[in-house]
Amino acid sequence: MNKEIIIKVENLTKKFGNFVAVDSISFEVYKGEIFGFLGANGAGKTTAIKMLIALHSPSSGKANVAGFDVFKESEKIKKNIGYMSQKFSLYEDLTVQENINFYGGIYGLSKKELKEKSEILFKELGIEEFRNEMVVSLPLGWKQKIAFSIAVIHNPSIVFLDEPTGGVDPITRRQFWEMIYKAAHNGTTIFVTTHYMDEAEYCDRVSIMVDGKIADLDTPQMLKNKHNAKSMDEVFIKLARGL
Amino acid sequence: MRIILIIIIKEFKQIFRNKQMLPIIFAIPIVQLIVLVNAATFEIKKINIDVVDYDNSTSSRGLINNFLSTNYFILNNVTKNYENSMEDINKNNTKMILIIPSNFEKDLFRSQSPKVQFLINAEDGSAAGISYNYANNIILSYNQSILSELKVINKPLSLSSINIIDKYWYNPKMNYKQYMIPGILGILVSIIALFLSGMNIVREKEIGTIEQLNVTPIKKYQFIIGKLFPFWIIGMFELAFGLTVAWLIYGLLAEGSLYLVFGMASVYLLIILAGGLLISTMTDTQQQALFIAFFFLVVLILMSGLFTPVDSMPNWAQWVAFFDPFTHFVEILRRVMLKGANLNEIKEPAITIIIYAIAMLSLAIWKYKKVSD
Repeated sequence: MNKEIIIKVENLTKKFGNFVAVDSISFEVYKGEIFGFLGANGAGKTTAIKMLIALHSPSSGKANVAGFDVFKESEKIKKNIGYMSQKFSLYEDLTVQENINFYGGIYGLSKKELKEKSEILFKELGIEEFRNEMVVSLPLGWKQKIAFSIAVIHNPSIVFLDEPTGGVDPITRRQFWEMIYKAAHNGTTIFVTTHYMDEAEYCDRVSIMVDGKIADLDTPQMLKNKHNAKSMDEVFIKLARGL
Repeated sequence: MRIILIIIIKEFKQIFRNKQMLPIIFAIPIVQLIVLVNAATFEIKKINIDVVDYDNSTSSRGLINNFLSTNYFILNNVTKNYENSMEDINKNNTKMILIIPSNFEKDLFRSQSPKVQFLINAEDGSAAGISYNYANNIILSYNQSILSELKVINKPLSLSSINIIDKYWYNPKMNYKQYMIPGILGILVSIIALFLSGMNIVREKEIGTIEQLNVTPIKKYQFIIGKLFPFWIIGMFELAFGLTVAWLIYGLLAEGSLYLVFGMASVYLLIILAGGLLISTMTDTQQQALFIAFFFLVVLILMSGLFTPVDSMPNWAQWVAFFDPFTHFVEILRRVMLKGANLNEIKEPAITIIIYAIAMLSLAIWKYKKVSD
């Protein structure tokens, strides 16, 4: 794997009043890898992601995403990233095609590109019959898969996924991760948070956040060796409890 | 430009897919124009009156007939004693009692200045005052007619030789509805624009799509124009629809230029839409937004001089009214629609709302942030 750095974070901090949500974290993400961003609820994962995608302005520190500075070039970052939030982000009162046209259009895709992208998307997902269905009528698993496809419709260099598989059945989760692998294979960097430790095993490297700090960062195998654990589950529990 | 268009298309699709939307857009103007215009009237007519006639003479009956021949009074009850009529007042069956004493006719013919008494329920002070004025005028004209009858037989009496004939300009029939319609149209436009725009962006916050929009390279101005333009169109459409309804039901056609009416409305709508956007950015749920929008709407309307003349408000309230954009908009609508004022004649309120629009839009755009702190 070539080690071209695509996200570089140094001492990034976010304070809300006296509360330090993210406490001086530093890490690097390489181009094309699947980077797992783990942590218990309230550990500061979502806040950290929101700083990287320029939704929150950091209190201090440095961060460079896709070659742009989060303080000065946030709008340039936005052109080069995709994001799928915990909260479901498609418009339920629009059809699948209309959602594609809307989000794709906002990223500046031309009509021709939108058409091509839609054809590929419907073919790959095999959901031609849902094209003109309102999103509200689709099952959750499909919604999530479509949301992911739309989050990468403008070929971003990085895609941020904040708990993308919450509430989804295991089969759909599996399919979802196949989509993630495929995107990574095509050179897209994946930055993903999750609560499922089996998903952590799919990542190239994993960081575990505890109380606003990064407790450890390595490949799943190395983490297990280091913490003398059989599974990522065990690693996570040991780190989160400070054992 | 293309991005703005994409947002506008998406908004219109969502607006018209909302099943409650079309009834709201079409029902509100009709209901407001029919119900409010007729209900929101200060005209005092059909006052219930009790008469206690102790005299029971031709003259006393003549006086009573004078009362009933106008539109202003409706006879509730003729009683022989005062207590019965007081009971009617206490039960709210009547607003006013006319008491004619027993030697009314005798005094009248002896020119001994006969007296009658009015008892008026003054819970509503201004209504009581107006009723009294009506009654007074009727007594006066009754007096004159008696005097002119007597003049023939007796020595000539000095009758007031100056006769005042009223003519009311701009609303010749003193039709209160005409006066209210422009105001109601103003309310209509404000309600639709404020509520729809106020709810819209906060709704995206609630369902979470705002975050998705904020990570896209959408520019602030594109987002704001794309979001507000559809409601601007709907607001203008509401005005056109309301004007049509007013014409069909009340036959009211604007005296002045319709271009001026729509031109000023288009500026006024910017103020309201910017207000809606501000509410949207400061709240997190549609419920909060609704409460705030409602609060402001009530203040806007009550302080505007729509129902009570601004000139008779206390000084501080006149200042509040001055800062109420609705005051100026209603002023403009009334002057243009009823008086046929041209742009030059509404210069002051027009400039005021233009400045207001610029200020509100700047404030709303400044407060709207894609990045949170």
